[in-house]
Amino acid sequence: MLREIRPAIVLLLVLTVITGLAYPLAMTPIAGALFPARAQGSLIEKDGKVVGSALIGQEFKDDKYFHGRPSATLAPDPNDSTKTVPAPYNAANSGGSNLGPTSKALADRLKEDVDKLRGENSNAAVPVDLVTTSASGLDPDISPEAAQFQVPRVAKARNMPEDTLKQLVASATQGRLLGLLGEPRVNVLALNLALDRVAAK
Amino acid sequence: MTMIGWLQIILFCVIIVALAKPLGWYMTRVFNGERTFLSPVLRPIEAGIYWFSGVDEKREQHWLTYTVAILLFHVGGFLIIYGVMRLQAVLPFNPAGQGAVAEDLSFNTAISFITNTNWQNYGGESTLSYLVQMLGLTHQNFLSAATGIALAVALIRGFSRASARTVGNFWVDVTRTTLYVLLPICVVYTLFLVWQGMPQTLGDYVEATTLEGAKQTIAVGPVASQVAIKMLGTNGGGFFNANAAHPFENPTALSNFIQMLSIFALGAALTNVFGRMVGNQRQGWAILSVMGVLFLAGVAVTYWAEANGTSTLHALGLTGGNMEGKEVRFGIVASSLFAVITTAASCGAVNAMHDSFTALGGMIPLINMQLGEIIVGGVGAGLYGMLLFVVLAIFVAGLMVGRTPEYVGKKIEAREVKMAMLAILVLPLMYLGWTAVGVVYPAAVASMANAGPHGFTEVLYAFTSATGNNGSAFAGLTGNTLFYNLTLASAMFVGRFFMIVPAMAIAGSLAAKKSIAPSAGTFPTTGGLFVGLVVGVILIIGGLTFFPALALGPIVEHLAMNAGNLF
Repeated sequence: MLREIRPAIVLLLVLTVITGLAYPLAMTPIAGALFPARAQGSLIEKDGKVVGSALIGQEFKDDKYFHGRPSATLAPDPNDSTKTVPAPYNAANSGGSNLGPTSKALADRLKEDVDKLRGENSNAAVPVDLVTTSASGLDPDISPEAAQFQVPRVAKARNMPEDTLKQLVASATQGRLLGLLGEPRVNVLALNLALDRVAAK
Repeated sequence: MTMIGWLQIILFCVIIVALAKPLGWYMTRVFNGERTFLSPVLRPIEAGIYWFSGVDEKREQHWLTYTVAILLFHVGGFLIIYGVMRLQAVLPFNPAGQGAVAEDLSFNTAISFITNTNWQNYGGESTLSYLVQMLGLTHQNFLSAATGIALAVALIRGFSRASARTVGNFWVDVTRTTLYVLLPICVVYTLFLVWQGMPQTLGDYVEATTLEGAKQTIAVGPVASQVAIKMLGTNGGGFFNANAAHPFENPTALSNFIQMLSIFALGAALTNVFGRMVGNQRQGWAILSVMGVLFLAGVAVTYWAEANGTSTLHALGLTGGNMEGKEVRFGIVASSLFAVITTAASCGAVNAMHDSFTALGGMIPLINMQLGEIIVGGVGAGLYGMLLFVVLAIFVAGLMVGRTPEYVGKKIEAREVKMAMLAILVLPLMYLGWTAVGVVYPAAVASMANAGPHGFTEVLYAFTSATGNNGSAFAGLTGNTLFYNLTLASAMFVGRFFMIVPAMAIAGSLAAKKSIAPSAGTFPTTGGLFVGLVVGVILIIGGLTFFPALALGPIVEHLAMNAGNLF
């Protein structure tokens, strides 16, 4: 048994250095050279400043932007570090609501949000993804239905024709991969950037 | 449920079955010490490692020595993780300036990673430095997976050898698995993941100013290199808090599909390795069939339940299924499929929040773990868990016809059955016992996020996941408390080692036996009857063990939901 002691220490250290340091540290420059933008987090710059990541959702509250899904992410309470406060789209602390199917808190929240959206657009059914929180709280996407649902509100706030916006949404819609994998979706940040560009013209 | 949804599920199954044979062929060569196409590059490194570490690769170990080597390896791994976590504040690669991790959380996380559980009481981006992610977590993702595979291989050798005193050399098995199987795949896989949009950087968290002018701090890091082994090694511990639901940890539908494949790939291939090593690949296919039956049944239930939604959603006229806690790019089908896969294997990564699943949709992951994650399983862990059930099934079959049971040429006798029963019985003791404590002890009750039966399920899920070394969670439960850090660690510990030691004892005892030729009275173990028998034994033992607990949790919650009760 005693002769197992040396491998237990030395082999463990060698394999630790290989898998825990050499492997990730070697992969970093290789990945950075092959895919420079993606390895850094697919950041989007506008006028030289980082406005976000193409993959990370951000909060939109203004009527003149398309909104993302509700987000349940939290941040430490500035007044009491042992507590947390809601901080939607906190990209340094991802997470979901974790409310279950029989949760009263969830039912109340859903009802409130559905009522609010019905007031905004009574002509279409409320899309389910627009009132449910995502798993990460950072979902960058909404369904094409959820984007179309918001067209009347954005058109009114921007004083733009609805048809222009509908086309904008249609061109921002990504389909399933090979027609099979994933779900059709619209990246909210990309859509809003395109919207700003069109509106500026 | 939609046609396109089922097509995705079928495509997944077809690819897994297609991969089993070539991967099994390659892995068998690796475990037998034969030459592979990577040998010209890796053989000198391998030989150098043995020389430096004082390993004699020709010398094999008795099952007890092999087990001791495994245990020593775990102890060392524990010390490394615990050390780096406690010292992270003064070590390099800490751009976010994370402070030392608390003692109980470090203890829990160290146990969690050496046991291949990867339970997340830590919040990745908010607690850990890049060094801990790499040196603490990534390295143990490799080694705990390699250990699981080594163990499965040792058990297979028990079946395939005759009158042998040894079951292989643990140091050689773990080194070869790491060098020839895990690392090469991970190198390619990492680059694929970065191509899909996953960050791989040592730079600072990014400060962005959103379109509406708010500040957003975006956590990044060496994500891809860790996620590659996290999935391939069925570890499942996330770089980020939200795990594979985080857009950086699973950016696209394609990255999601490949991640699901990589959870199952090695585990499914090990059934083929088993077949090859005992000299009949059909033995491996029979075991994979048992897994397939249980898997598809689980997928069907979860997919149906999630697509169906909840009565709360119906009352508000919301259609399209239960999207609370799910990401748009995955939708209902890829989220349901992922949940069943991650718990069928001992992975535990999640791309949707299981806590927000419907009662029945969330019950399937729970059942998968309570059965011991024998459906494909963790790398290695699933196969040896499944072989324990096979031993029992063969024993039952033997009782029915009044003959000494035998399996792949080995007589299954009292010692093997006792060891199999020990492993299978200790696990429920852990998750049912601790759940009973968790629902009455006041400090533990305060951790529940949901009221009513759902709160009970959160606790049951936590201890089941820890005991099964899975690591997925009903994440509403506040696990980072002294009570849960310690009790979950004990469940993980028992769940790992009370499987390993009995499995190794069976390996040793089988290896020492003579091999007997099949006769007219031998129960054939490659046909449909055998598959049905094993499925039956698994479901009966499982049903008797945990049905009462399920009745108190998800089943009563489903009935309450249909009756319109909220909590």
